[in-house]
Amino acid sequence: MSKDRSANQGPLSRRQFLGLGAGAGASMLLAACGGGTSAPPGAGGGGGGGGQFGEGTEYTGPNVSLAFWNGFTGGDGPFMRKLVDQFNGEHNNIKVSMTVQQWEDFYPKVPTAVSSGNGPDIAIMHIDQLATNAARRVIIPVDEVATVLGLQQGDFAPAVWSAGVWQEKRYGLPLDIHPLLFYYNQAEMRKAGISEPPKDRASFEAALKEMKSSGVENPFWVTSTWPAHLMWWSLAYQFGGQPYNEDGSQAQFNSDAGVEALTWQVNNIQQGYSPKNVANDAQAVAFRQGKNALTWDGIWMMNEWAKIKGLEWAAAPLPQIGSQPAVWASSHNFVVTSQAQKDPNKLQAAKVFIAWISEHSIDWAKAGQIAARASVRDSAEFQQLEVQNIAAQQLDYVKFPPAVPGIGELTAPTFELAVNEAVLGKKSPKQALDDATQKANELLAANKKKYGG
Amino acid sequence: MTTTDVGGRAAPPAAGPGAGQLRRGRGRLGAGRAPGGRGITPYLFLAPYLLLFGLFVLAPSVYVIWISLHDWDFLLPGKPFVGLQNYLNLFRSGSVTSEPYWQAMLATGKFVLYSVPLLVVIPLAVAVMLNQQFPGRNFFRAAYFAPYVLGVAVVGILWRFLLDPNIGVVNHYLGKIGIGDIPWTTQTPWVWAALVGPTLWWTLGFNAVIYLAGLQDIPRELYEAAKVDGANRWQQFRNVTLPGLRSVLVFVITITILASANLFGQSYLITEGRPGRETRSAIMYIGEVGLREFRMGDAAAMSFLLTLILMLISVANFLLFRQRKEG
Repeated sequence: MSKDRSANQGPLSRRQFLGLGAGAGASMLLAACGGGTSAPPGAGGGGGGGGQFGEGTEYTGPNVSLAFWNGFTGGDGPFMRKLVDQFNGEHNNIKVSMTVQQWEDFYPKVPTAVSSGNGPDIAIMHIDQLATNAARRVIIPVDEVATVLGLQQGDFAPAVWSAGVWQEKRYGLPLDIHPLLFYYNQAEMRKAGISEPPKDRASFEAALKEMKSSGVENPFWVTSTWPAHLMWWSLAYQFGGQPYNEDGSQAQFNSDAGVEALTWQVNNIQQGYSPKNVANDAQAVAFRQGKNALTWDGIWMMNEWAKIKGLEWAAAPLPQIGSQPAVWASSHNFVVTSQAQKDPNKLQAAKVFIAWISEHSIDWAKAGQIAARASVRDSAEFQQLEVQNIAAQQLDYVKFPPAVPGIGELTAPTFELAVNEAVLGKKSPKQALDDATQKANELLAANKKKYGG
Repeated sequence: MTTTDVGGRAAPPAAGPGAGQLRRGRGRLGAGRAPGGRGITPYLFLAPYLLLFGLFVLAPSVYVIWISLHDWDFLLPGKPFVGLQNYLNLFRSGSVTSEPYWQAMLATGKFVLYSVPLLVVIPLAVAVMLNQQFPGRNFFRAAYFAPYVLGVAVVGILWRFLLDPNIGVVNHYLGKIGIGDIPWTTQTPWVWAALVGPTLWWTLGFNAVIYLAGLQDIPRELYEAAKVDGANRWQQFRNVTLPGLRSVLVFVITITILASANLFGQSYLITEGRPGRETRSAIMYIGEVGLREFRMGDAAAMSFLLTLILMLISVANFLLFRQRKEG
């Protein structure tokens, strides 16, 4: 009985102790293990000279197994698993075993697992997590891999290539780019007499008006949760703002541009284009049902829409509401962990795996991603992926956060919260962003102190 | 050790009333034996649990205190000792942690305040009902207990969609009877209903089962005697049932307060701590700070303080009921 209860809710504070204690207990063991080694893993990675990843693009050593972790729990998981299976089939001396878990569990777990030696050798991380994990020495520099494999900036979108560098060392090799996209319901567009997807503020707002009068009660649902803050991120840049300053030392969410962006979002609710109180996922469900005619959501949602029979949908670049084009995006990057560093064979095999998947990233693009490599994007096969190609039109103006440790964790307690408060009418856009900016600057200062300049 | 209760019945031992009541018969046999002279046998039997308790509860608890005195990130080489700074920050307005922590504590407190009375009273009513003789009794007993076997993830996601303000079934049917969209999961005070309601549905069966065991433990003769004295149903409940359930009641109130104070899954899944941070519980915030922002020193201080407060409440709870007994 008490076991059942603790599995659900926890009968006593003991449960809470266990939950928090488990991490603490693990770290106690870690601390014990780490006591002997003087140099933290990863610190000497760059200085190791040529060769910790080995020469060439083949692996000829003894049989080696690689643990590969990622957070592809959605429709993207099977695509990656198929690639891994194919890789294992083609490489007799390398066995990659893939472990999938929710991203929310993945990021807290990987550091602990890596330092205890039970974690991944290679993993996928988002671009805003690279600096954090580099600073915490979870992942090691991979400049050498890029050199050996001949990966160069020219083959990648510049924004994504440079975002993988922290303190002049490269920690991530980009696999893909996934921006927001503008999805629209074609049937409702026809009914409203709109032939082209709106591209700018005037045509977007006109479309809302026309759809409202042609019978869509709420044509553009502005949600109070994910991905509302990513819409705001895009809009803030569009209005000429920059949520963080160049080096990521200051938050400036409450700039005029930031406030204007959030005000525009909130106005859509006040004008009745969006219902009030749109909760988690409701806007996506409503889009599937045809109630929400226009929506901004991640490119990865394309496969979700495709599953719905009878839903006539199409995609377009995000409309330019402000003075310049801009769109939120993130990117999945290959990383090599400090755990793999203990075994040179693993490092060499990891390099081969990364190269192989990168070259086969056309099959990954089909999961609803833009391939990071220009050579893949230019291939005839990628040209046939309609939605991915439309999304790729935005590549010149995708906006990533600056590479600063701890920046990924700043989102939720700051501007994501502010967007929620403003959309739900708890605070004015200005007030919400003022508070978020203050909080972000406190956290940035704390991070700076913790991770060093 | 044993105090006389209503009708001269020996009260169950104070520790572990739930299990104690179920195994009352055996307990009496044991109590008949002379104490002492058993050597180390009892301790050997206790040793395996003690070992686990020490390893997984006691040691981590002490370790938490140690962590709370540092600026702690287990992966960074430097873990500067900061003394009581993490605690002082919780009481210094304007620090990064104090305002969100107390807001989270307040949210937890509100949830306890709204949920505990319902989770104590309603299961009692259900248990009294299920203790009657009527056809289909076992079915209803199972039906009330059934939701309890679900995990919090199932309960959370289920109710998140049922209660969705715009696309939820609940508002759909409310709309049919002319009640406009209620923002269950996005606005106060409705969010509290969206957290307390599902929690009640989910866990009332557990408390009801404990009450039921307690009810079945009250001797029939007492009711018969009360009837002879002309007591009606309410008077029987007031003067026989409630006193007979006293120790069960203390147990239920205590574990319900603790369980409610550990609110995490419901607000994490149903409201995501929103609107703003209104429903973000203490556990949720501690988890965010410790496991996502990797500020484990802060998180440890917060969790130790929360534990301390819960211990005080539990002790106060026991004292309160004991005083009444004496008075």
